[in-house]
Amino acid sequence: MQNRAPNVGIEELRERIESLGGSGLRKREVLPFGIASIDRHLPGGGLALGALHEVAGGGNGALDGAAAALFVAGIAARIHGKILWCLTRRDLFMPGLVQAGLSHNRVLMVESLDEKGVLDCFEEGLRCGGLGAVVGEVARMTMTSSRRLQLAAETTGVTGIAIRRWRRQSEASDYGHPTAAVTRWRISVVPSEPLPVPGIGRPRWYLELLRCRAAESADYVVEACDAQGRLGLSADLANRSPSQDAWAASANR
Amino acid sequence: MVGREGGRRLIMAADAAALAAGLRVGMTAAKTQALVSNLLIEDLRPDEDRRELDRLALWFLGNYAPIVAVDPPDGIVIETTGADHLHGNETLMLTGMINRLRAMGFAARAAIADSRGASHALARYRADPFLVISEGGTPAAVLDLPIAALRLEAGLVASLRTLGFERIRELEATPRAPLALRFGPEIGRRLDQILCRAVEPIDPIRPSEVIEVRRAFAEPISAAETIARYVGKLVKAICGLLEERGLGVRRLDLLCHRVDSGVQVVRAGTAKPVRDVQRLTRLLCDRIDTIDPGFGIEILVLSASRAEPLDAVQSVSSLIEESVADVSGLVDVIANRGHRIYRIAAVESDVPERSFMLVPPLAEDDEVGWPMHWPRPSRLFLQPEPIQCIAPLPDHPPVRFTWRGIRHVVKRADGPERVFGEWWKRDKELVAVRDYFSVENAAGERFWIYRQGDGEHADSGSGSWFIQGMFG
Repeated sequence: MQNRAPNVGIEELRERIESLGGSGLRKREVLPFGIASIDRHLPGGGLALGALHEVAGGGNGALDGAAAALFVAGIAARIHGKILWCLTRRDLFMPGLVQAGLSHNRVLMVESLDEKGVLDCFEEGLRCGGLGAVVGEVARMTMTSSRRLQLAAETTGVTGIAIRRWRRQSEASDYGHPTAAVTRWRISVVPSEPLPVPGIGRPRWYLELLRCRAAESADYVVEACDAQGRLGLSADLANRSPSQDAWAASANR
Repeated sequence: MVGREGGRRLIMAADAAALAAGLRVGMTAAKTQALVSNLLIEDLRPDEDRRELDRLALWFLGNYAPIVAVDPPDGIVIETTGADHLHGNETLMLTGMINRLRAMGFAARAAIADSRGASHALARYRADPFLVISEGGTPAAVLDLPIAALRLEAGLVASLRTLGFERIRELEATPRAPLALRFGPEIGRRLDQILCRAVEPIDPIRPSEVIEVRRAFAEPISAAETIARYVGKLVKAICGLLEERGLGVRRLDLLCHRVDSGVQVVRAGTAKPVRDVQRLTRLLCDRIDTIDPGFGIEILVLSASRAEPLDAVQSVSSLIEESVADVSGLVDVIANRGHRIYRIAAVESDVPERSFMLVPPLAEDDEVGWPMHWPRPSRLFLQPEPIQCIAPLPDHPPVRFTWRGIRHVVKRADGPERVFGEWWKRDKELVAVRDYFSVENAAGERFWIYRQGDGEHADSGSGSWFIQGMFG
């Protein structure tokens, strides 16, 4: 990652643009991921709170949205307050989300008959202001509806996260269309870390930041959320896998 | 049930078992006793039936809709307009209704149609056990019913049969004047009622001591803004009454009496007792667009059909305590728009699909939680899907499996996690076993699959494989 220190002028310009854009009424708060390479890249040093974000799964994950749900649960777990989770299909398995750090006592589920209802509740939740975050599982999101959600999130400071989830693989190309969301993520599963014994290691994700307002897109390989909802840096990417550490420790002894 | 008609003792009602044994309503008691030995015969007690029916009607009033009337001897009429959205939709409401009645020990049949006459007839002649006729489909649905469905006197029906009338369609095709001349105006009136040509008011039961305010207008009103303004005034008035009694509403009914004697209803429910004028006004005004004012509304009645004590609570004053944002307003708004809102709580069960339950959104926090030592998927299929699987027996994870026509080669796997059947629920589960594996394919997708049975004993399960969830 390049160092951001020489770009002071650009930062200044950015702040001026923010203050012109109306959203600068409130100091933008952020939620850091706790991984330096991601936080350094995102404007403000983390995921912007009080804004709309989009998350989808890659490959088959675009249909089942399993990894996307966990990624969102990990974010929601670290936001203070109740979480409103709007969906149409009742297939979310709470014990799985609890393992990503999101307590089931904090989640209010809203089940609607159609997508229109989900967007309706999504916006209502964002406008209410007493919640920590609102999550909505939708397939279609137009520029207009996302703009409404983004405005509602900006006014109340509640974070909105749209999990884009489609019924058919062919519909997933919809994810290329522009929306008013501040960031757009795609989470794909990759083979887990090999273990020295039979079994499945900690799951790993290929995290793509497809679009981000005021920053460039990027991609990372990370370890899935732990019990506190924090992502981990993939061991071989950080080039200090636990086995190597153990090796070094034993060599020094 | 046996009642007396003249000098004879006749069967008036019989349960399903008796009907299956060949008994029919209208047989003499002596004959049935000859047909079936050790038959349990009880005398019909019409007064008690009526009292029970009244109680049931009150229950409907409290749980389903603001306009409910009894239809003796065995019916209840409910005006569901404006109330079905609280239960999802009409079908969900009817099935829920029937299931709840069944749990109370009643066998019930129900139908929703455009007119009272049609619902009455369809519930008795077509519903099995429920039927929803979409708007405008009522005439087509009732024309083929027998004429007994018309709510005519038994003698009248018998003489019509003598003349060869069997179906409503035939009666409808016959010129009205000769019929009226011979049998009186009753037939024409009932025909008009069943075919939605004549209005039939429902005389609703009203529970005593209900808190309500009303407002009559000299000139009928119909504009949405006007209705909203008067709703605001009524809410303010009812909140004053509630405050005197120390109550808060759980359910609020707005009855709009139209000039053409129709009644339009808006019902709003709340998750906690509420006495906040703004919030209640918003809940009602949210649904004003569902009111069809017709030629105008002349009376607005607002009644708190369910009220509960609401005590004053001191707001947090200490610096240490954290104030928890109150979301009950949001819960009410969302629930009154017809969405289901709930929270999920743990149930002590190892079977995944039984390990959770839905609780009301404002229920107490659940302290139990789930065991955390095994990884759990983030998506659970409501119906486990069968997969074709190749796995070494007895307890090795599968090598490859085919799901939805796609073959997955298992690279890594964990398991088995053995889940035993819950023998206290069903006898069949006494020896049933499921072996759960989490498997990962070459692409890194992780699945939660299980085998029915332990792989050794045939009685523990069939040995077939299912996929039940996706890990992220």
